[in-house]
Amino acid sequence: MFKDNNLNTGISVETDKVDENINGDKKVVLEIQELTKRFGGLIAVNSFDLRVNQGRISSIIGPNGAGKTTVFNVVTGIYQPDGGKVIFKGGDLAENKPHQIVAKGIARTFQNIRLFSNMTCLENVMSGQHCRGSAGVWSSVFRSSHQIKEENRIGELAEGRLHQVGLWKFKDELAKNIAYGSQRMLEIARALATNPDLLVLDEPSSGLSDRESEDLMKFLKDLLKEEDLTILLIEHDMNVVMGISDWVTVMDEGRKIAEGLPENIYHNPLVIEAYLGKEEEEEL
Amino acid sequence: MRVFLEQLLNGLTIGSFYALIALGYSMVFGVMKLINFAHGDLFALGSYLGFTILVLGTAYITSYLGLWGGMIAAIIIAAICLAVVGTLVERIAYRKIYPAGRLPLVVSALGVSIFLQNSIMVVWGPRPQAYTANVVPSAYLQIGEVRITLLQIIILVLSFLLMSILYYIIQKTTFGAAIRASALDRDTAALMGININTIIFFIFALGPALGGTAGVMVGMYYRKISFIMGWNYGLKAFTATILGGIGNIPGAMIGGLLLGVLEMLGSGYISTAYKDVFVFIVLILVLIFRPRGLLGEKVAEKV
Amino acid sequence: MKENNKLKPENIFIKNWLVIILITALLLFPLSGNNYFIDVAFFFGIYALLGLSLNIILGEVGLFNLGHMGFMAIGAYTTAILNTHFGIPIIFLMPVSALAAAGFAYLVCSPIIHLRGDYLCIVTIGMGEIIRLTLNNNPFGITGGPNGVFGIDFPSLGSFFIIDNSTKFYFLIWIIVGLTIFALINLQRSRIGRAWNCIREDEIAAEATGIDVRYYKLLAFILGAGLAGVAGNIYASKLMIVSPESFDFMESCMLFCIVLIGGMGSIPGVLIGAAAISLFPEVFRTFAQYRMLIFGSVMVMMMIFRPGGIWPRKRGAVEFKSLLLKTGRDNV
Repeated sequence: MFKDNNLNTGISVETDKVDENINGDKKVVLEIQELTKRFGGLIAVNSFDLRVNQGRISSIIGPNGAGKTTVFNVVTGIYQPDGGKVIFKGGDLAENKPHQIVAKGIARTFQNIRLFSNMTCLENVMSGQHCRGSAGVWSSVFRSSHQIKEENRIGELAEGRLHQVGLWKFKDELAKNIAYGSQRMLEIARALATNPDLLVLDEPSSGLSDRESEDLMKFLKDLLKEEDLTILLIEHDMNVVMGISDWVTVMDEGRKIAEGLPENIYHNPLVIEAYLGKEEEEEL
Repeated sequence: MRVFLEQLLNGLTIGSFYALIALGYSMVFGVMKLINFAHGDLFALGSYLGFTILVLGTAYITSYLGLWGGMIAAIIIAAICLAVVGTLVERIAYRKIYPAGRLPLVVSALGVSIFLQNSIMVVWGPRPQAYTANVVPSAYLQIGEVRITLLQIIILVLSFLLMSILYYIIQKTTFGAAIRASALDRDTAALMGININTIIFFIFALGPALGGTAGVMVGMYYRKISFIMGWNYGLKAFTATILGGIGNIPGAMIGGLLLGVLEMLGSGYISTAYKDVFVFIVLILVLIFRPRGLLGEKVAEKV
Repeated sequence: MKENNKLKPENIFIKNWLVIILITALLLFPLSGNNYFIDVAFFFGIYALLGLSLNIILGEVGLFNLGHMGFMAIGAYTTAILNTHFGIPIIFLMPVSALAAAGFAYLVCSPIIHLRGDYLCIVTIGMGEIIRLTLNNNPFGITGGPNGVFGIDFPSLGSFFIIDNSTKFYFLIWIIVGLTIFALINLQRSRIGRAWNCIREDEIAAEATGIDVRYYKLLAFILGAGLAGVAGNIYASKLMIVSPESFDFMESCMLFCIVLIGGMGSIPGVLIGAAAISLFPEVFRTFAQYRMLIFGSVMVMMMIFRPGGIWPRKRGAVEFKSLLLKTGRDNV
């Protein structure tokens, strides 16, 4: 058995050696080392470790309030860590602002969809290419040939992404007017438009019907086949987690309590206890 | 030392005015998330109403009510009228606009402000008016080196009384808890069974009423009133609201008093001409280094 | 290729002929010879320029700026002081005033640009008031106190090209407005305009999509302030005198209303708003006393019945060559 280093708390994280080997030989795209984040007196994330391998879909699961979104917020630069490090493609992400992290190759979606409601779907996706462009005020005002070429490139790329998620027909529709499920996909298209190496999805199937969730799962699997991408997700929907994850990490109360292949996690007593609570003491 | 204490006293007096006006801003902003630009002009209206009652109705008043009666009558009538006008303003100008968002509300509030200001000008004329000198006898109390006038005592006592009553209502009664709840999260408060319309009625009646009271007192203290005074006082009172923490009632009171004191100290020790600049610089520094104000809650946005 | 996929130029939703009529009217108007109306049209132009400059900050990015006249004041006083004290020509001072206002905006907005909407609003009010009060107090004796600075020259290039009458000032301001409209339309269609609008819609999402929110907010303030500075320069030389009372909080509120009543982020809307603000007092001149009452009521009613503005910004097809259309894969 492989024991994690949370010995001081008495919690041991068990991972099968078999699991370790499956992932051990792949390149590590994102490495979170002993990450700690506090809000006032509350410790939201406590010495959390994670390694995400290139080309895989990794999931973080856990009960509400476990700290999953906080981890995402630190990885994407919205918060700075109080302890520990986040290393992406070999570089430490500390002191980077969110937009700089996007330029480095991490793109995210939000738990509560955050689109640019009063802009068209196409404009939403085009905004993803912002960090890949360079036209400044001068060249924009005078429409230099460089700027026009860049705008065309951005537009084509955005249309391509819209087509990829099946929303091209809504390209001129305002984002607030399309269906909820389509809005989720639009957010993903916007994230993809940034040409990321790592796609970070926060509960992407939340609010979707079973059918839509299955379409999403298929989409993500196909995505990995077609592109040089790694996916990290937070999910509550066990179907999705079991269906597409290559590796699952479980958090509770800011800590990692288990990690491994999906089928192993599913049966792990610590995980079940975290979600459902301990069995009641028998009444006397 | 004497100068300092007297400036402090003056500051507290002015601060009381700012505090009373700030309370109106704070209550409305806390619950409705609306900067009621018209509030300053409601205060000015109170001042002019007081003027009408006291100065134009002098003969009537002195013969029937006596000196003190006149002052009390002016304050009560002004407060009641302002309560009515305040609720009317909400009804007519704001209620239909809530669904449209914050910016249209701001424009509407500005429109009401322009309307009120110019109504005052139309009714009472464009030139400044003046209260008579002796609404209250010009007696004073000498404590050690410091001289405090009867008028100041009245103002401070009355303001303190009003603020205490309001503080008690807000902090110690169920209704007050309902108001505080609405200020934190209006929709949830409504879902919890709080009648938001009652809350709205209360804040739009009481806020302007307090402002109107301040208006009468300002008239008695400074004597000169003009139809544009609403903007100046309104801006300062809003500064006080921010200083104390937006949406926080005790904060508005402390913010107002503090602002008055700062202004007087700035005027005394720096320069009278730049005292307003000093006040605004304080405001900006507070916003940069402590945006929630002195007593405000730290509000983080959940991502 | 399907007919209904034809792409239209973004934001030029005014029919072309309407634009041509307006431009022709603009050119022929001074022939009426009535200097009074030409002056009114001049001030319409000033308000248009100010409205467009505030539109960048408030309309495109959604930043509550209620102190915009402060920027114009900086531009106007820069022109006034440097011209009357050092004799520097007005035309040369136009970019100088723009830079002064823009520089001021950069210095002053950098520490506060992160503030949430309502707080930013208060700070901008305070800023505008600080500028006006300081100018009023005649620091170092250069601003002339409440009486201001007088004796400002006309713009001129040598002795054969002087802008010294109403008609010439009229053309000056409207040429500048025309150039500004051209520049702003191009900015709207660019990566920069998009970034601004994204920030307005959702700042956090914009930052998370790779947009440097702080940079673009500051950029909006700098550009808006610079244009306001230009307006200040032209205003100063037309009036030949500047005084602090022209740049008070009420005027900043008027500009705010121009942008909002016209339609946020909408260039035609801002022009209509500017027309309304500058022509309104003229139309209602006979009512004199009551006209501001009417004005206030109109503002309230506008927001009740048409909160989006008179001519809201239309978003639609963006103009560029579509790869998918070319290949016919457009029926997804």
